[in-house]
Formats: sequence, structure tokens, C-alpha cells
Amino acid sequence: MIEVLVFMSGGILLGYLIRDRHQTIKVIEKLIMWCIFLLLFLLGLWIGRDPLIMSNLPSLGLTALVLSLGGIAGSVLLALLLWKLYFKHKQ
Amino acid sequence: MGVLLGYAGWIPGFVIDTNPGKYALYALMFLVGVSIGADHRSLSLIREGGFRLFLIPVATISGTFAGVLLMANFIGGVSLREGLAVGAGFGYYSLSSIMITQMHSEALGVVALLSNVIREIITLVMAPLMVLWFGKLAPISAAGATSMDTTLPIITSAAGKEFAIIALFHGIVLTILVPLLVAFMLTAFI
Repeated sequence: MIEVLVFMSGGILLGYLIRDRHQTIKVIEKLIMWCIFLLLFLLGLWIGRDPLIMSNLPSLGLTALVLSLGGIAGSVLLALLLWKLYFKHKQ
Repeated sequence: MGVLLGYAGWIPGFVIDTNPGKYALYALMFLVGVSIGADHRSLSLIREGGFRLFLIPVATISGTFAGVLLMANFIGGVSLREGLAVGAGFGYYSLSSIMITQMHSEALGVVALLSNVIREIITLVMAPLMVLWFGKLAPISAAGATSMDTTLPIITSAAGKEFAIIALFHGIVLTILVPLLVAFMLTAFI
């Protein structure tokens, strides 16, 4: 938790300081992409090595689907409430 | 590709034992921070915004957590804390699944990866219907952290161009909050 805070806020501060160096920022966006590729590859490695996960993939997928449906349903319902309360009449 | 290699057992053990993922994850969090700080849009948006703008991320977060809690309660297989951690990805599947793998377990990391990919896909496919049924803010809320990039085009085409700024702001706020909320859900005493 503390690591997350430190790395994110350090990054945001540095980003703010270099916000006009467009070349550097382009490089950083490329680096982010490669970081994500590397991490997803590693995640794949761990999954493939774990027989328990491989044999449970369908049920893990079902759990994932149910959780996403719940999350989406909850957030669109509150979005509807917000829309009716604060936004609709301004249109 | 990683799944196949790991399954085949071709990767030497030390690669996994030294845990390169941890350092790559820290690097990623730092780099994401840099790209947010360097984004000119974030600051000007907050200045123009007003308090109504902040209500939408609040609605997304509380709605998601409520829905996920309800579902986790029903299905079993995941604890409430695990369900909340998966929900706290808000569609940002790369960062959230890797954090959960590192901080909790690989199985829950897989659930987080799939669940957040599914959230993005459902938003992409259903955005016009969401506007119809739940108002113009609905696709933004459903998109979660992705409302600033991957789902932004479909949101503006479904809800209208004037919602692009709202969607951008919403996505930036959630992108900053995803790593914090995921870590919080996994470590806090709830």
C-alpha cells in the first residue's frame, strides 16, 4: 500500500515537472506498453505453471463474469440516479 | 504465450523465484504516475470541473463495490475482500491483475484479468443501450478507468461529444485510484 503511494505520487510529480518534453513523454508511453506486455507474459507463466489454475479456468472465468456484471450493474444504476438528480435538467 | 511456456516448463526456476514481476510492477506504477502528471488535460479539467464532476467517479466506485459485494456474497468461491479487490480494477485489467497476483494469489489475478477485460468489452458493446436505459452517464460509469482511453470513442458516440470531457476526467481519477484501492482492499482490515 505504501509502496503504491510512493511510486505513484513520485511519478506524478516527475511527470508534472517534465510535462512539456513531448519526446520524453512519448518514450515513457512506449515503456508503459512494454512493461504491461512483460507483466502479462509473466502472469501467463505463473498461470501455465500452476495445474490448479489450469484445471479451474472455466470456474474462474464464471466468477469473473459474475463479478463484472455486478460491478457494471451497480455503477450504471448509481449513474442513472446521478443523471436524474444533477445532470438531466441542465441539458 | 506465457501460459504455454509456463505449462511446458521450459522456463528455468530462478526466473520465477527471483520475482522480476515485483520490480516491473513498481516500474509500471511509477511510469503510469509520470504519464498522468505530464498530462495537460488533468489540471485544466479540475479547474473547470466543479463538484458535479467529482460525483461521477464516486457513483462508479460505490456502485461497483455494492454490486460486487452482492455478487461475491451470492456465488461463493471468492471472499468479500477478494471480490472487492477484483472490482477495484475498474476495467484497468493489466495493472489490477498483476497487483493482485503479486499481493494475493495467481488464481485471483486470473479472475481480475478476465473480469476487468469483460467489463471493458461489455461497455464497448452495450454503450448505446446503456445510454438508452440508464442515461448518458451510464457508459462512463460502466467504463471505469477505461473512460479516458479505450472506451472514450464509444462513449462520445453514444452519449455525445460534450461528454468527452466528463469521461476523460472520470477516467483519470479512476486510473489514479485503481492501484490505491486494489492495495487497500487486499491489505486493510475489513
